[in-house]
Amino acid sequence: MADPVKFTIDGQELEAAPGTLVIEAAKRAGIEIPSFCYYEGYSLQAACRMCLVEVEKMPKMQVACTLPVANGMVVRTDTPQTRGARKSTLEFLLTNHPLDCPVCDKGGECELQDMVFRYGAGESRFTETKLHVDEQQWSPVVYYDGPRCILCFRCVRACEEGMGVAALGVVNRGAVSLIAPNGGDHLNCDECGQCIDICPVGALTSGAYRYQTRPWEMEHTGTICTHCADGCKTTLGTRNDQIIRGNNRDRSGVNGEFLCVKGRYAFDFNDHAERLQSPMVKVNGKLEPVSWAKALEVVSKKFGEIKARGGKFGVVGSNHSTNEENFYLQKFARQGLGTNNIDHRRTGDVVTLVDALSGTNGSLATTADMYERKAFLILGADLAVEHPLLSFQIRANYRHHAARIYTVTARAVREDDYAVRSIRKPAFSEFEALEELRGALAAEPELVILFGDTVKEPDVRKLVEFGQSLGIPVKYTALVDYSNSRGAIDMGLVPELGPGFHATGAAGLTLPEMLAAGDLDALWVVGENPLGQAALASKKAFVVVQDMFLTETAKAADVVLPSASAYEKNGTVTNVCGEVQRVKRAAATMGAKPDLEIIGLIAKEMGLAATMGPWLPDTVYGEIRRTVKGYDIPLPLVALGAQQTVPVNGRVGVDVRPDLVWSAHENLFTSGTLGRYSKILNSVIEKRSGTATPEQELARQ
Amino acid sequence: MYNQPSPLEVPVLTRRFRLPNSHKIDTYLANEGYQAFEKAIGMSQDDIINEVKASGLRGRGGAGFPTGMKWSFVPRQSPKPKYIIVNGDESEPGTCKDRLLMEFDPHQLIEGILIAGLAVGAHQGYIYIRGEFRYLIEHMDRAIDEAYARGYLGDNILGRGIKFHLATHSGAGAYECGEESALLESFEGKRGNPRIRPPFPAVAGAYSCPTVLNNVETYCAVPSIILKGAAYFAGLGSPKNGGTRLFCLSGHVNKPGVYELPMGFNLMRLINEVGGGVRGGKKLKAVIPGGSSCPVLKADECDLNLDFDTVAAAKSMLGSGGVVVMDEDTCMVKAALRIMRFYAHESCGWCIPCREGTTWLRKVLQRFHDGQGVKSDIVLIGDLSRNMLGRTFCPLGDAAAMPTIAFVEKFRDEFEAHLDGKPCPYEKKLVAA
Repeated sequence: MADPVKFTIDGQELEAAPGTLVIEAAKRAGIEIPSFCYYEGYSLQAACRMCLVEVEKMPKMQVACTLPVANGMVVRTDTPQTRGARKSTLEFLLTNHPLDCPVCDKGGECELQDMVFRYGAGESRFTETKLHVDEQQWSPVVYYDGPRCILCFRCVRACEEGMGVAALGVVNRGAVSLIAPNGGDHLNCDECGQCIDICPVGALTSGAYRYQTRPWEMEHTGTICTHCADGCKTTLGTRNDQIIRGNNRDRSGVNGEFLCVKGRYAFDFNDHAERLQSPMVKVNGKLEPVSWAKALEVVSKKFGEIKARGGKFGVVGSNHSTNEENFYLQKFARQGLGTNNIDHRRTGDVVTLVDALSGTNGSLATTADMYERKAFLILGADLAVEHPLLSFQIRANYRHHAARIYTVTARAVREDDYAVRSIRKPAFSEFEALEELRGALAAEPELVILFGDTVKEPDVRKLVEFGQSLGIPVKYTALVDYSNSRGAIDMGLVPELGPGFHATGAAGLTLPEMLAAGDLDALWVVGENPLGQAALASKKAFVVVQDMFLTETAKAADVVLPSASAYEKNGTVTNVCGEVQRVKRAAATMGAKPDLEIIGLIAKEMGLAATMGPWLPDTVYGEIRRTVKGYDIPLPLVALGAQQTVPVNGRVGVDVRPDLVWSAHENLFTSGTLGRYSKILNSVIEKRSGTATPEQELARQ
Repeated sequence: MYNQPSPLEVPVLTRRFRLPNSHKIDTYLANEGYQAFEKAIGMSQDDIINEVKASGLRGRGGAGFPTGMKWSFVPRQSPKPKYIIVNGDESEPGTCKDRLLMEFDPHQLIEGILIAGLAVGAHQGYIYIRGEFRYLIEHMDRAIDEAYARGYLGDNILGRGIKFHLATHSGAGAYECGEESALLESFEGKRGNPRIRPPFPAVAGAYSCPTVLNNVETYCAVPSIILKGAAYFAGLGSPKNGGTRLFCLSGHVNKPGVYELPMGFNLMRLINEVGGGVRGGKKLKAVIPGGSSCPVLKADECDLNLDFDTVAAAKSMLGSGGVVVMDEDTCMVKAALRIMRFYAHESCGWCIPCREGTTWLRKVLQRFHDGQGVKSDIVLIGDLSRNMLGRTFCPLGDAAAMPTIAFVEKFRDEFEAHLDGKPCPYEKKLVAA
C-alpha cells in the first residue's frame, strides 16, 4: 500500500490513499461538495460543474469529482467564489427545468430541490420562454419527462456500466439534448428501473409509482425480495397498507441500491384482485368461504383422524416461505403428525455441494465475494437473467477490479461480453469444458465457481475435486431458484434430512412420490403449487392448501387457507449464498394470515401447542439458532445485515436425489406461480423473450 | 474559387496553390514535394522533433501550443500503437483556411503527416474532416490513393521499410468536434462530447493510444520546416511565433480572402493594404481577430501585430486566424447575437453552464435586439457570461462567454441604444440608405 497523501480541505488536515478524489475525501471528512453527475461506482463525467472548489496555486476553480488529492493540496469548498459558482449553476439549471414540483413524483426527495434550497438563489432572473417537449412513455414502467432532465447522465451509466444493457443514450445537443431509449420510442431492456432510482430529479419516473403518493406520506419497510434467490433488500414504501414503491436508496443489504424488475415492481401481486381473503372449505365439490374457526376445525379434525389411524400424510413446503415457517412446518410434520413425508421443490444441488466440501472452511461464496474475488467460473447459468444481483456484482467487479470471468454455458450469456473465455457446451455437459480451462484457472490467484442445476451429483463432486486440484483458493455457489430455496434445505424440508443437514435415517416420501401415491390420505401444501405441473394420484386425499391465490393446487383443495405474502410477515430467509436476512411486514391483507400463524393455529386446534411452541417468528428463530448448524446468529446481527450461514462441516451422509433437482430457470420477468399475479411483470414487452434486447435474444439463438 | 493574391503575401504553405493541377502528386513532386519526408527519413526522431521545436511552430487550430513540445509528450516506448490524427474539422466562424490547404495542396498535408509519423513512431494516420466538407473528403481520398500508388504510403514506403497508412474520417457536423478530445470521441464513433483531461491525447488519445493531434495548417507547415530548416521558418515570423499564417480575412473589406502572411503582421495593414480597406470607404468599427470565439477589438485597438502573444496582450486571441472586419454600420448587439446563436446551437450539451448559459444568452440577446431589453439585461448578459467563463467542461463555454463580455464592455452604448422598445438603430439606417 502506497503512503497516504496529506492534504487540507476547509482547514481540516486529512489523509487519503493516493488517487482518492477530492469529492470523496471531503465526503469522508463530513464535508459536502454538491454534485449531480458524480456517482460512486460509475464513470466520471465532470459535466454538472456543481462540485467546483478552490485549490491553492490553481488559477481556476477545479472540479472536485475528477481531481485526485495530492500532497500539500489546500482545498476550499466554501468560499464566495464556490458559493457563487453553485448558485449560478443552479440558476442555469432552473432556466429550462419546469417548476412543477407540486405535481412531480420526485418532489420532497429531489436532489435539485435540495440543492436549490441549500445553495440556490431566492429568485430567478430567467424571464424567457422555457423549452418544452412532451413526456414520453418508454415502457410500462419507465416514463421520461425531457424538460425535467438535467442531463447528469447517471441513467446512461447505470444502464450501460451497471446493467451491461446500454439501453439509454443521448440525442440532440445543447439545451435540447434528451435522453433516448434504444428502441427509438421505447425501451428494450431489463426494465430494472435503476435509471429511475438514480435520476436526481423527476425526469425518469416509474409507471408503477407515478402520481400515487407524495413520498413523505409513505412508510418505509426494508425487507427481502421474495422472487429470486439473490436476496436483495427492497425497501417497500407503503401507504394505508398498500405497497406503492420498491427501491433501496439507503444502499443497505447485500445489493446496495441494485434491484431488478422483480424487486422494484413485482410487489404488485400483493394487491392483486384475486388475493384470497377468506378460508374456504369444499362443500359439494365447491369451495365455499367459511370462518377461520370453521376452517381450522375442519383441518384439525381431519388431520387428527388420519394421524390417529396411522394414515399417510404428505407435507409440501415452499421455496418462498420464511425459515421460521419451514422449520415450524417440518417440526409439525415430524413431531406433530409423526410423518417424514415432507418435501419441497429442490432447485439446486446444495446438499451434494455441502457434502463434497466437507472438511473445508470458507468454501461457500458470499454475495460480497462476487464483487471482491478475482476470478469467476460460471457453469450452465445465465446470471443476468436468472440471478440479476450476482450478475450485477460480477459486472461491477469486472469494471472496478478487472475481475477475470470464464463462462461455460449452452447459450450466449451477458457475461460473455467481458469474459476472458467463453465456451459453449450443451446443458449437462458443461463439466467437459473444465479440463480445457484448467491451465488458465490454475493461474488465477483465486476462483469462485457458480453452477446451475445442470451441474449436479455426480458432477458437483467432480467439480469440487477439480476446484481442489487447481491449488488455489476456490469458493462455490450452487445456484437455486427462489427467495428461500436455500433456507428450505437448511430447515430440513426434505425427507432424508432434518434441519441443519442431519440425516433423519427414516424413510419418507419425496414430493413426486407423494403425488404418485394412490393411498395418500392427506396432502398439506404450504405456499407451493405442485398440481400446476403434476396430477395427484390419490383420489381420497384430504388436501389442505395455504396460499395467496386460488392456484391449480388450491382449486383441488378441500380446505384453502389464505396466507399472507412475503411482504406481510416477519421472519428470515436465506439467499443463494447462504446469507440469512430478515423479512419484515410492510403491508397487510385483510383476512390473510402468515403461514407460521396458520400452522400454529392448526397445531393449537389439534392440541399440539405444547409440542410446537409459540408461533412467534423470533421464538422460532431462537429454536433454529439452537438446532440448525450455521444459524447461531443473534437476530440483532441479522437485523443489521446479511449474515452468512455456514452449514455442517462434515459428510452429510445421505443418498442425494439429483433426479429431484431442477430449476425452473425463471427469467427476469417470470417468478413461478407468483409471477402470474404480477401485472407489471406481465406487461413489459420483454416478457416474450425474457431478455433485454433483441440483439441479445439473437445472440442466444 | 480562391481569391486574388496580395503582393504582401509570403507564400510558404500556399506556394503551390496557383500552379495548374496543384492538387496532383506530379505537380507536388515537381515542386519540392516529398523531399522533406525523404530528408526526415534520414533524421532521428529527436532531430525531427527538435527541428519543429526550434522552428517556433505553434498550433494553428487556435490555442497556439508549441507543436514540437506536443510531439515530445508522446511516449517513445509504447506497447500500444500510436496514431497521427489531423483536425480538419474547421468550423470556427470566420475561418476558412484548412479547406484550401486540403483542396489545393493535399500532398503537403500528407507529407506533414508522414513526417509526424516518423517523429513519434506512428504507422497509422487519420484525417478527420468536417462532415460538411464532403467534397474535400473525396478530394483527400484521391490524393491518398495517389500517394499509395506512388509508394508514399503503404507497408514499405519508397522501399525503405517504413510503414504508414492513412485514411480520411468524416465528421458529422458538430463544431464541438473541433475540440481535440471531442474529435477523438467522434472519431471512435461515439457522441462528440469532450473528454476529461488529463490524460491528454499524446498519452491516451484515439482508442486510449498515444496520439498526435494537430490542425491541418500545423501539419502543412512541417514539410517546409524540415526541408528548409527551423531557422528559415522561425525567421519568417516574429519572436516565439515562427513562420507564416493563413489569415482568413472576411467581413466588410474590399478584398476578403485567405492570405498567407508572416506571423506578427500588423492588423491594420492586413485590413488596409492586403484587404484593400473597409468596403464602401466606411469607417472601421471593430475586428474579431481570430475567429468568433475571440474577443472583439475596437477600431482604436486594431493597430497591433498578429502574433499569439501580442493579441493576447490586447485581451483577445489570435485563434484560428479568422479576421472578421466590421464597419461603422454594423450593429454590435446583432453581432453578439449572431455569435451566441452559433454557440447555443453548437453547445454539445455535456455541461450545465455552457448548455444552459448559451441558450439563455441567445434568448436575452435576441430579445434585446428586438427592442425588448431592459437595463438590467445588460448586467445580466455580462453576469451570465462570467458565470460560464472558466467553469465549463471544455473551451466552448469560454469561446461563447469571452466575445460576449467584450461586446458588452466595449460597446455598452450600443446596447443601451437598443433599450426600452427602441428599434435597432443600425437596421433603421440600412433601410434609410
